[in-house]
Amino acid sequence: MTAISPTMSQAAARDASIAAAEARARARLRRRHALVIGLRLAILVAFLGLWELGADYNIIDPFFFASPSGIWEQIWSWITEGTSQGPLWLQMYVTLEETFLGFMIGALGGIAAGIVLGRNRLLADVFSIYIKIANSVPRVVLGSVFIIALGLGMASKVALAVVMVFFVVFANAFQGVREADRAMIANAQILGASPFQITRTVIIPSAMSWILASLHVSFGFALVGAVVGEFLGAKQGMGLLISTAQGAFNANGVFAAMIILAVMALVVEFIITRFENYVVKWRPAPFNEQGT
Amino acid sequence: MQVQPMAAEKLSQAAPQADAAIAIDDVTLRFVTPDGHMMTAIRDFTMTVARGEFACVVGPTGCGKSTTLNLVTGLLRPTTGNVRVMGNPVTDISRDIGFVFQADALFPWRSVIDNVAAGPLYRGTPKAEAYERARDWIGRVGLGRFEKHYPHQLSGGMRKRVALAQTFINQPKILLMDEPFSALDMQTRTVMQDELLDLWSEQKSSVVFVTHDLEEAVALADKVYVLTAGPGTVKSVYRIDLPRPRVMADIRYDPKFIEIAKVIWNDLREEVQLGQSRGLQTGH
Repeated sequence: MTAISPTMSQAAARDASIAAAEARARARLRRRHALVIGLRLAILVAFLGLWELGADYNIIDPFFFASPSGIWEQIWSWITEGTSQGPLWLQMYVTLEETFLGFMIGALGGIAAGIVLGRNRLLADVFSIYIKIANSVPRVVLGSVFIIALGLGMASKVALAVVMVFFVVFANAFQGVREADRAMIANAQILGASPFQITRTVIIPSAMSWILASLHVSFGFALVGAVVGEFLGAKQGMGLLISTAQGAFNANGVFAAMIILAVMALVVEFIITRFENYVVKWRPAPFNEQGT
Repeated sequence: MQVQPMAAEKLSQAAPQADAAIAIDDVTLRFVTPDGHMMTAIRDFTMTVARGEFACVVGPTGCGKSTTLNLVTGLLRPTTGNVRVMGNPVTDISRDIGFVFQADALFPWRSVIDNVAAGPLYRGTPKAEAYERARDWIGRVGLGRFEKHYPHQLSGGMRKRVALAQTFINQPKILLMDEPFSALDMQTRTVMQDELLDLWSEQKSSVVFVTHDLEEAVALADKVYVLTAGPGTVKSVYRIDLPRPRVMADIRYDPKFIEIAKVIWNDLREEVQLGQSRGLQTGH
């Protein structure tokens, strides 16, 4: 048996060809990235351009379906001159505050209930039927009940946001607790953990990725709860802005408020993602999505 | 009467001594399946592990090998018979016990050092002391450079090293291992077996090591328990008189080792065949 080793010049040539291949691969990745971004922009421009043109030539009636320039003018006038109910930032602030309060209360309640029921078989078996029933009620309808009971102020919107959030987070937290790895629990037990230590150091961390996944969805639900609550009856907020615009047949106003809400939701979604990455930094990095 | 070669002496089962590290005396375990049937996991099971002894349990799949370990931890209670650990009846999970699992049971959200420190921290050791000991144990299993790594960043063999450190840091007098190396590749497994024997000879713990790999059992053990196809009971017990310290990479070419393995395999083979044919009939 003889070991075969390449000569120095062969090795150098091989290194050079590998470097060249890597450079080609990197260039290909960059080109593809640029292509994806370019196509995304092109679609946006085409969509807005066709909408605007359609509105100009009355193919799309701007009275019903608004137009990009009209929406932009509406947003601009809200920013510079304020809305009929006061400055725009105040409307955004009111809606965000309701959303946040509802989100926090609903999420914390959902997590707590999910963990308690997930850890206790009997409670889970008893309550599961009621939770199914409560979950099948169309919850937006509860908004009317809350307005009657809690009035036009902030409480009724927060309450609606809470019920929108609670069940989503609860279901995920419950599932997460149930899916906690049995070997891991046994390991903690034998290492000397008490039941409370097991809940704190094994159950909650392993349910965390389920809970965080539900927070993404449920923040959107909290926003829907707050806006629908305002829509049904309020003195302030983005929902009222939409409802006022609707009453005045102002399609631009409805779209403008919708876009502002979407931007708010995207910003918070970004913050939640940052929070998630911070909390579960132990997870293997996912493959990067192309172009993001 | 079959004549046993010297190195693999077949032992007769006697009632366990009172001061043995582990004494399982005539235990039968039945449990009710979720659909309401009675299942016998093990029956008339007797096993003694002396202090500092390394015992291996081999048997066909589904014969209740892992059940025996859970009887010792107290996670399962015998239907009849009794289990004593260090002379005391098993009532709760004993602080003297360490358990290495087949599956990865590390906490993936904790770094290596936090995983290893978990045992002392659960048991109320002050933080500074727990981490100091953890650092020491990480060094002993050769992972000094990986303290801050998370389990998913380590290879399977390295994760097993963390699991060993996590278990040994509690200085268990009794070490239970449930096919701990079965998921590792051949080379890594050999290295880990050597590592385990080193740690064991330092710590003088009593070990019950469950495996389906007869050669692994013969190479590691002082005593090998062969179980029958389920419901499991002890078919025979062999004393393995290979000299220590043993080197895993070499021992499998030792003629004495081969001879012992052959003898025990002859005993085990019919149980494996029985287990297989039953498995095919019932679809398990």
